[in-house]
Amino acid sequence: MASTPTDLDALVAQKYQHGFVTDIDADTVPPGLDEDVIRMISRKKGEPAFLLDWRLKSYRHWRTMTEPHWAHVQYPPIDYQAISYYSAPKQNTDGPKSLADVDPKLLATYEKLGVPLHERARLAGVAVDAVFDSVSVATTFKARLAEAGVVFCPFSDAVREHPALLEQYLGSVVPPTDNFYAALNSAVFTDGSFVYIPPGVRCPMELSTYFRINAAKTGQFERTLIIADAGSHVSYLEGCTAPQRDENQLHAAVVELVALDDASIKYSTVQNWYPGDEQGVGGIYNFVTKRGECRGRNARISWTQVETGSAITWKYPSCVLTGENSVGEFYSVAVANHYQQADTGTKMIHVGRNTRSTIVSKGISAGHAQNTYRGLVKVLPSAEGARNYTQCDSLLMGARSGAHTFPYVEVRNPTATVEHEATTSKIGEDQLFYCLQRGLSAEDAVNMIVSGFCKTVFKELPMEFAVEAQNLLAVSLEGAVG
Amino acid sequence: MSDIRKGDVILEVRGLAVEVQGKRILEGLDLTVRAGEVHAIMGPNGAGKSTLSQVLAGRPDYDVKAGTVRYLGEDLLALAAEERARRGLFLGFQYPVEIPGVNNVYLLKAALNARRRHLGQPEVDAFEFLGLVRDNMRLMQMDESFLSRGVNEGFSGGEKKRNEILQMTVLEPTLAILDETDSGLDIDALKVVANGVNSLKRDDRAIVLVTHYQRLLDYIVPDHVHVLAGGRILKSGDASLALELERRGYDWVRAEAAAA
Repeated sequence: MASTPTDLDALVAQKYQHGFVTDIDADTVPPGLDEDVIRMISRKKGEPAFLLDWRLKSYRHWRTMTEPHWAHVQYPPIDYQAISYYSAPKQNTDGPKSLADVDPKLLATYEKLGVPLHERARLAGVAVDAVFDSVSVATTFKARLAEAGVVFCPFSDAVREHPALLEQYLGSVVPPTDNFYAALNSAVFTDGSFVYIPPGVRCPMELSTYFRINAAKTGQFERTLIIADAGSHVSYLEGCTAPQRDENQLHAAVVELVALDDASIKYSTVQNWYPGDEQGVGGIYNFVTKRGECRGRNARISWTQVETGSAITWKYPSCVLTGENSVGEFYSVAVANHYQQADTGTKMIHVGRNTRSTIVSKGISAGHAQNTYRGLVKVLPSAEGARNYTQCDSLLMGARSGAHTFPYVEVRNPTATVEHEATTSKIGEDQLFYCLQRGLSAEDAVNMIVSGFCKTVFKELPMEFAVEAQNLLAVSLEGAVG
Repeated sequence: MSDIRKGDVILEVRGLAVEVQGKRILEGLDLTVRAGEVHAIMGPNGAGKSTLSQVLAGRPDYDVKAGTVRYLGEDLLALAAEERARRGLFLGFQYPVEIPGVNNVYLLKAALNARRRHLGQPEVDAFEFLGLVRDNMRLMQMDESFLSRGVNEGFSGGEKKRNEILQMTVLEPTLAILDETDSGLDIDALKVVANGVNSLKRDDRAIVLVTHYQRLLDYIVPDHVHVLAGGRILKSGDASLALELERRGYDWVRAEAAAA
């Protein structure tokens, strides 16, 4: 109505679209964590002794650690004994042998989510590994990938089929002692994806993992390890959703990337975990450690993330630039609406000579949400000629949201060049009215303004996911301006 | 062509009173605009000229305290800003905003399609649209780079005004209200803008120019000139009134109105 003032604070509830629960008979262990639970997980997965050992060591170390509280987020204490550390859909056999063996209800769940799991229905060129609660359900395109020599499989399969690679690389980028959640994950991780690209191979398709938390009172602790051997290239995408529940659920994943000489890894995330309702009840605590190491010369690791979900996001996809001339990139759009809290950013650690990094972070806050960019650019004495460019932009919608920027810069080499640019702007009444006066609806106007703001990040995403990200953003902010 | 005929009433404002942040800006304003006409609304600073433009376009937080506005027979004040736009009411902004990262032409296409949907027409074909924009860009003497730039992003003052008129010529509104479109333009740019506005003139449309100065009216000749001061139209006349105002200023109009 013309006489009603457009109120940027008028946040209307936008319903989470992936909040359904799939009624599946699940094999879930009772809540609680001790060494017996870890032994049980390891046994269920048929793991070799070194891995059980590794888990137990991680667990013992975790017990000596305290939960970190430096992030700009607030939440009640987490009772780690109230979480169930293993939940798997019940199966007649050990695991599905092909898509035909997968519970049709599970497939229907993924269909609802729009995951192109079924090979016929899939988007061309995307291979999907879908993780449902704690186990991988099916991996598509195994054969075509195998032809190229690419290994893309559930973590549990890698444990059995590629133990040597695992023993060499697991924990080599994110050691179990790295931080509280990484230690917890190392002790109890249940599944995830494993990727190995052999030397000189350009992975023939986009690899994709879809994570979903379904069971109540469970945590999801997946672990992803991607190794790009010399001269290889891979582009990987993960997507995440969870049902709508009133209690908070913990998601503490670890992702490790290793890029050897001349290899490149592009890792894209579209994270849409349940964010809680408009009052801030429920939602996923997304406490994730993601790190890649450019271990070889001229290696390149690029993180692109679109974070729209979760009650709390605590993640800093990072690059350790060890190899000479290696490149690290971080492109991020983080959206926080209602009572969501996001504390996210990146770390670029320059170790090798002539290493370069680029950080582009776009934070959008609406409702009562708090959105924090936290980034570290560290140039070690060995990193002769290192260069970094950082750009941090915040967009505020309404008067009660907040944007915070904590850029840490630590330079210990005088030849380094570090640039930082930051802006904070508001979606103004003026921009909005301008679009309305041209006949656009308020929703379309906000989407257009926000998309424009995020453009430099979206263009880094693979084409089909850029469209998905844009739609997701529209859904997350629907009703944010009324 | 629409079924509007020359002389039909397009806009009828009666007794309009408007407050902005508790302050009374317009006080009993009357104005009638008919198809085929060009009106110029002139007046001193702070007279309420921009308020009139904004309130007709549906800007929120302008409180209408009294009066009626009918547009093509409908109650204009009951329509949201976007609904007014889709019905062919266009405001050329005095200060067009920048929208970084949003392509200039993309916004224009969305605007045109919003209008076409309202008229029950199919969305514009991409090829046809580009041709249309190119033709109008030539008219406005804008170079190709405007096709790829963000909405008003990094535009100079003059470029922003040209871009407003470009949008207008593509959208072909029934009623175009141009708020101080001439301000900040050099003489060459003024001619280009005037040329664009004149190209819109047709028997089934109307144009309202809100302006400070007479010089725009050398290039766009108005049928009616109104003096807006103290929140009301104090005097109306033909094009010669603008010349008289240029010569004598506004005080005599105020004095005349006070004496009446």
